[in-house]
Amino acid sequence: MEPFQTLTAVAAPLGQSNINTDQIFPARMIKKPRTVGYAQFTFHDLRRDDRGELRSDFSLNQTRYDKAGVLIAGINFGCGSSREGAVYTLLDSGFRVLIAPSFGDIFAANCLKNGLLTIVLPEAKVADLREAISTAPDPRLTIDLEAETITRASGETLAFLPEPFQKHCLLNGLNEIDLSLAFHKEIGAFEAAHRARLPWLAPRQR
Amino acid sequence: MVQQSAKTIFDKIWDSHVVTRRDDGESLIYIDRLLLQENSFHAFDKIRRENRRVRNPGQAFAFADHYVPTTDRTRGLDAIKDPEIRNMVELIESDSRAHDIALFGLGDVRQGILHVVGPEQGITQPGLVIAGADSHTSTHGALGAYAFGIGSSEVAHVLAVQGLWRVRPKTMLIDVIDTLPPGTTAKDLILAIIGSIGAGGAVGHVIEYAGPGIRGLSVEERMTVCNMSIEAGARAGLVSPDDKVFDYIKGRPYAPREDDWDKALAYWRALPSDPGAAYDRRVEITAAEVAPMVTWGTSPDQSAPVTGRVPDPTEECDPENRRRMERSLAYMDLRPRQELRSVTINRAFIGSCTNSRIEDLRAAAAVVQGRQARVPAMVVPGSGLIKLQAEEEGLHEIFLAAGFEWREPGCSMCVAINGDSLKPGERCASTSNRNFEGRQGRGGRTHLMSPAMAAAAAVSGHLCDVRDLLAEE
Ligand code: SF4
Repeated sequence: MEPFQTLTAVAAPLGQSNINTDQIFPARMIKKPRTVGYAQFTFHDLRRDDRGELRSDFSLNQTRYDKAGVLIAGINFGCGSSREGAVYTLLDSGFRVLIAPSFGDIFAANCLKNGLLTIVLPEAKVADLREAISTAPDPRLTIDLEAETITRASGETLAFLPEPFQKHCLLNGLNEIDLSLAFHKEIGAFEAAHRARLPWLAPRQR
Repeated sequence: MVQQSAKTIFDKIWDSHVVTRRDDGESLIYIDRLLLQENSFHAFDKIRRENRRVRNPGQAFAFADHYVPTTDRTRGLDAIKDPEIRNMVELIESDSRAHDIALFGLGDVRQGILHVVGPEQGITQPGLVIAGADSHTSTHGALGAYAFGIGSSEVAHVLAVQGLWRVRPKTMLIDVIDTLPPGTTAKDLILAIIGSIGAGGAVGHVIEYAGPGIRGLSVEERMTVCNMSIEAGARAGLVSPDDKVFDYIKGRPYAPREDDWDKALAYWRALPSDPGAAYDRRVEITAAEVAPMVTWGTSPDQSAPVTGRVPDPTEECDPENRRRMERSLAYMDLRPRQELRSVTINRAFIGSCTNSRIEDLRAAAAVVQGRQARVPAMVVPGSGLIKLQAEEEGLHEIFLAAGFEWREPGCSMCVAINGDSLKPGERCASTSNRNFEGRQGRGGRTHLMSPAMAAAAAVSGHLCDVRDLLAEE
C-alpha cells in the first residue's frame, strides 16, 4: 500500500446522499481485470447518459474538477455492495481522500485497505466545505494526515479525527496481513482452544 | 459462581472470538467460516502476488452464483458465450481447486446462491462468525451466527490470517411486537423496517431482530429479514436461535455429526440474549400494522404499502431528501400521488438470496395457480436442491403453465451480471433486495416486493395487492 502523508489536490463536490457502490462502479464492470484501467468506469452511469455522452448536470464533469484528488460527498457514501472495485475505480481516477458525514461500513473498510483516506466530519461542516469549494476560485484542499488538518486554498483550516490505527497504517503504507501475521502465536493458541471447545468447527461433510 | 451480567447474543459471540486486542481498541476477531464467490478473484490474486498460504482451506467455501447462466446447463462452461463472464466462473473453480477449498460449482446439483446454499448445507450454524465476500452475508444471522460481508482485501486477510480487525460494533434491538397479518410476509416486514429507520439508519450497528413477530417466522423467513439488514446500513443482523433453528440444521450435510451434536446443541442453547441485556439502540415495530409493501424509488428505504400512493416530494420538509425523492421519481418515471396499484410493469423476477427458497416459490405458485402471466416473468430457484424440491412438488408445472420461465439457480437478474437483465426503461416487479438505479440492467426500473406480490403483479400486469387476488378465490 502506498503511504499517505499529505496531499494538495483539487476537491470535487458531490452532494447527493446514499451514493451506492453500483453508482460508483456499475456491477457489469466488475468482471473486467483492473489492468484495463478502472478510471474509465468511475461513476459511469451518473457521469454519462444512455448514449455515452457526458452529462452536463453531473458536478464531476465540470472541467475545474478534472484532476480532482479529493471528493466531498454526502451521507452514507459507498453504501451497498462489498465490491472493492468501487475503491479501485476511485483510486485509479486519482482520488486519495473522501470526505463525508458518513460512509457505508464495508466500503470504508475497503478504502483503508487500499490507502484511500476516508474523513468523517459533521454534516453541516461537510455541507459548508462543499459550498465553499463549489464557489472558490481555487478549489484545492490540502490534507495533512499527521497534523489531522484540512486546509483550503484561502488558508482556512479544519481539524479532523482519523482512527489512530487507520492513521498509523496510511502514514506508513503498512500491509495489514503482515501486521496481523505478527500475531501468529496468539492466533495459533486461540485456534487450538477454540477448536477444542467447538469440535464441530472445522467441518467434515457426512 | 460469579454472577454474569446480562449479555446479548452478539456480546456472547463477539467475546468468544476475540483473539487479541490492540491499544487503539480494535480486536482481532476469529473467523470460523469464509464464503467466497466469483468476485473473490481479486483476493486470490492478492494471495498469489504476496505469496501467502491459505491458513484453513477447510473453513472456506466457494460458490459459483453471480455469473452463472440460468438457462442452459447441459454444456457447462461452454454455454457461456461472453468470454469475460466465462472467465469469472472459471476463476472461482480454478482458485478454489488450487487452494483445496470446497466448491459448489456449475454442474453440481448443490450449486446455488451462497446465502441460500450455506444454510441449506448446514454450513451456517449458531454462534459462528461468518465472513462472506458479499454484502448480503447478513442472511446467515437468521440462524444465530454473526455474519457480515467484506471486500476482497479482507477476504485475502481472512484466507491468510483466519481473522479480521474490528472495532466492536454497536448493537440495535429491533423488537417486532405482534405478528404479521394475513397476506403479508417477512419481505413486507423488512421493507417496512428499512422504510422506518432509513437506508443508513443502522450504520455501525449489529441488528438483533426479536419479539413475537420474529419468533413466529420460519427460519427461511428470518433469512429474508436478516438478508436486508445491509439495506438499512447494518453489516450484520441476527436472531437468537431457537428449536426451529436447531431442527432446521439437524441432519444437513455439514451439520455437527452425531458425536458432536449434543455438545453443539448445549452450546447453541446458551447463546440467546439474556433478559435485561443492554443495547445501544432500541426500535419497536408493530407487525400487525405491516401491509404488503412495494418500493417506489431507487433506494430500499423508499417504499410504501401497495394500497398507497407515490409520495409527493413537495410535502417533504428536508431539502436534501426532497431532491433525493425527485431524482428517484424521475428515474422511476412515476408521478407524485400516483396510485401504486396503477403502475404497469413489463417484467417480473422471482429469485435472489432474499426470496428464492422453497417457501418463497410455494407462495408465488399459490398466487400463480390457475392464472396467466401478462408480462415476461421468470422464476430462478436459489439452489439446485430447491429446484429439485419444487419440481417434486409440481411447482414448476404451475409456473410453466402460467407462462413463467423456470430457470437454473443463480443470482441472475438480482444483479444482472450473468446476462439476465432488464432493457432500458423496463419496469420490473422483483423479489430481490436492491432497487438502485441500473441494478437490474442499465435504465431498468425495479420495484421490490414479496414473492406473492411479484407473482400477483406478473399475472395482473401492474402492481397490485395480493390480498385482492387471494380474496377472489
Ligand atoms: S442474489 Fe443478489 S444480493 Fe444475493 S448474493 Fe446474489 S447478487 Fe448478491
